[in-house]
Amino acid sequence: MISPRSPPGSSSQSPRSPSAPPFLSVTVTDPVKLGNGVQAYISYRVITKTNLPEYQGPEKIVIRRYSDFVWLHDRLAEKYRGIFIPPLPEKSAVEKFRFSAEFIEMRRQALDIFINRIASHPQLKQSEDLRTFLQEDEETMERARSQETGIFKKKPADLIQIFKDVQSKVSDVVLGKEKPVEESNPEYEKLKHYIFELEDHLAEAQRQAYRLVKRHRELGQSLSDFGKAIKLLGACEGDSLGKVFADLGSKSELLSIKLQKEAHNLLMNFEEPLKDYVRAVQSIKATMVDRANAFRQQCELAETTKLKEINLDKLMLMRSEKAMEAEIEYKELKAESEEATRRFETIVKLMSEEMVRFQEQKTADLGLAFHEFAKGQAKLANEIADAWRSLVPKLDACSPSLCS
Amino acid sequence: MMGAQYRLEPPSAREEVEALVLAPNDPHPLAAAPATPAAIHGGDALLFPTLCPHSLSSFLDPPAYANVVFSSFDSQNGASGSHHFPGRACSSCLAADGAAVVSDYFRITVSDPQKEEETAGSLVPGSGTCVTYLITTKIDLPDSSGGGATEFRVRRRFRDVVTLADRLAKAYRGFFIPPRPDKNVVESQVMHKHEFVEQRRSALEKYLRRLAVHPVIGKSDELRVFLRTPGKLPLPASTDVASRMLDGVVMFGAGGTGYATPQDALQPAKRGRNLLRIFKELKQSVANDWGGVKPAMVQEDNEFLERKEKVQDLEQRLSIASQQAEALVKAQQDIGETMGALGLAFIKLAKFETKATYDSQRIRAADIKHLATTAVKASRFYCESNAQTVKHLGTLHEYLGLMLAVHSAFSDRSHALLTIQTLLSDLSSLHAKAKKLEAASSKIFGGDKSKIRQLEELKETIRITEDAKSCALKEYEQIKENNRTELERLNRERHDDFVAMLKGFIINQGCSVATSFDLMGIWSTLVTFTWHGGVLGGMLFLGFGFLEKMMESEGRERRCLYTDGSVKFALSGL
Repeated sequence: MISPRSPPGSSSQSPRSPSAPPFLSVTVTDPVKLGNGVQAYISYRVITKTNLPEYQGPEKIVIRRYSDFVWLHDRLAEKYRGIFIPPLPEKSAVEKFRFSAEFIEMRRQALDIFINRIASHPQLKQSEDLRTFLQEDEETMERARSQETGIFKKKPADLIQIFKDVQSKVSDVVLGKEKPVEESNPEYEKLKHYIFELEDHLAEAQRQAYRLVKRHRELGQSLSDFGKAIKLLGACEGDSLGKVFADLGSKSELLSIKLQKEAHNLLMNFEEPLKDYVRAVQSIKATMVDRANAFRQQCELAETTKLKEINLDKLMLMRSEKAMEAEIEYKELKAESEEATRRFETIVKLMSEEMVRFQEQKTADLGLAFHEFAKGQAKLANEIADAWRSLVPKLDACSPSLCS
Repeated sequence: MMGAQYRLEPPSAREEVEALVLAPNDPHPLAAAPATPAAIHGGDALLFPTLCPHSLSSFLDPPAYANVVFSSFDSQNGASGSHHFPGRACSSCLAADGAAVVSDYFRITVSDPQKEEETAGSLVPGSGTCVTYLITTKIDLPDSSGGGATEFRVRRRFRDVVTLADRLAKAYRGFFIPPRPDKNVVESQVMHKHEFVEQRRSALEKYLRRLAVHPVIGKSDELRVFLRTPGKLPLPASTDVASRMLDGVVMFGAGGTGYATPQDALQPAKRGRNLLRIFKELKQSVANDWGGVKPAMVQEDNEFLERKEKVQDLEQRLSIASQQAEALVKAQQDIGETMGALGLAFIKLAKFETKATYDSQRIRAADIKHLATTAVKASRFYCESNAQTVKHLGTLHEYLGLMLAVHSAFSDRSHALLTIQTLLSDLSSLHAKAKKLEAASSKIFGGDKSKIRQLEELKETIRITEDAKSCALKEYEQIKENNRTELERLNRERHDDFVAMLKGFIINQGCSVATSFDLMGIWSTLVTFTWHGGVLGGMLFLGFGFLEKMMESEGRERRCLYTDGSVKFALSGL
């Protein structure tokens, strides 16, 4: 499946939109600041284009804000356990940057990717909550959003638990502590380790990428300052030499602009995809928590059911009146246990499919990011070379002085 | 001296990276075409023609990149790579044929710092050690038979250098004498001995070379003695205050004039530590400042004042430019380092993915590794190019340092002028006194013996002062002349040095390694990607604009295929 990423500078549909087969494409665009003071927020225009029958029409436009996206994310996470829910951009931001143009653009891009990933996921795109999100008017949305009580949120304790599972197995065994109930699936163990390590590597790469963006900006700034200073210095010199100084200064300033542009390009098309995948890996970890919980539930219920069965047999042997009641209870419990087993197995199956999908998407997305990186650097190097080289003919005009 | 050199420290991650990267690259598992950058660069000349405009062939040639290892730039610059100072040696950095060096001294080297015991002559005998340096001078003596250079070796300590500098300052007033290295008393305590000695050694070397290249000072006796006479430096050391205090004659000068000999007028008052003279000249300068009538005929000419202003203006701009140059160098260094760190992070990621269980990721891992090695190479490009930039922009620092010398030459001039003005006002007051005495003594019949004697003494004083005045005048004129020739030399050499600096900087940035085609070329190679998860093609993807131009100029086709949502660029003939 495709994981469409809007090409920089265009807010268009996903790359695939053949007319006959069913399609659903969403755009998040046009951020606008609303409200005043502390309560100010950014609203986005969400445009849906589709030919699916479940939707109200071929095109629909709604206004949504970040919390609406959060609502959608949490609903999906609750209902589709086992699926890696596409990650959201970070919630809180330092107050100062909350309304900076760059931050808004980064968030808009991330939200666009988020919603499109949902819209192109075989299961998620059928979600009713998605339809609500894409179509309902703003009041309905607000009502739905305020009903969110937050009990669906992942507790940090869960994540820490699973982390500890991975890390402290050995110490548990050695100390003879009772291990929390967990799967003993070697494949799954490998996967867990892989995911945790992957997160570290991706995070490191993202950090360096961000630093590189900063360096581009710094270099741009210092080129600009250098250009000005060189121009100043050249004003003291004679004609042809002074001209070279002036030209050098101008070129420096020109290159400074190009560097700032490339810095922005690097940020949006190289650093952000990396950050996106760090978040994606964290989403996978959340699913792993779900799986662990489901497994534990299944085990607990299975055990309780067994106990109940033994008890029931005892009662039946004793021909007690409680046997009828016990049988009903037992049947209920058994159904619950089977339900829990089913839920767990669904998660396992979904997870393995999702992993395949994840790797494919990662390959594609990161490949594109690397491509953008290389392209950007190539272009920049070319521009730099051109700029400096254009000065060379003027240098030749500048001969050593005999008596200046 | 002013203008710190920006040190380039290779990042510590570099060695780790090099160990990882400089192993031969694994070929791309699916690539049909040669995958290693080595082959790309060394092989297809059509893809990466060496493109250096004709006019630059005499300048730095880009080193060949047949393999991953980079050749050092220094070999291009030749012997003069390590020193770079205002003067002809600048142009010899770039000229391929090794331009003639103006000075007689081929090459001065300072080396082999050693600790030695302090010998007699200090106030506190047998106290400590000092460091001496071996100074080797190769020089072409006109009288040496059969050509070839003679070599002199002497051992000197820093104090000797201070002496040399003082002697030169005394003897060559009005010249732009290169400033000597600082004493750095604080730093010598704080820094590690080894580092400090090395810093000082390097500074001394630069200083002596600059002296040697100066058209006048390079031929001076003081320098010759310093460089050639083994054993103790035979120049009289600068005397300290204590011994001067004991010399009462000097304190008040002969007969209260302040000038023991007319030659004393040749030195500014402060140097001689002559209290009386200091007072007098201070009084004079105050009188000057308060708009008192300047003694006729001796003022600064406006042309000089104009030029002085220009020089000060130049200094200001130089200072700003020098600062920004340092910032630029740092920024380039930083970006190079971060690029390297990024490459390292990607290498680790690639290695991790290779070990992973997913086949698709293994192939991706190879791509990541290529990107990483590219980033690492780019990092090295930046850093190497930066090393060159440091050398070229170093001219700015050098000239900023030279401004010190200009200041002191100008103040030589003002001191000399002040001396003259003081003498003139002295003379006028002496003449007035004499007149009064004559008038008074002529009233007494037969003459007043004491008054006559006073008059005689006064006349003697006047004579001495007149002598001093003529000496001072001559000196002043000489200094003015020195200033003038030096200013001309400064302007001329500055022009040439700036041309060289700009040429070097521009060519290095534009034509040589760091931002040349090569760098762009490596970015453009070998990034495989696909939008569609299905097919992973081992295709060569080459940068857009550049390749288009290349292909058009070579008359090749570029075909672009859309297949199933995946995008491949197929190049015919590759």
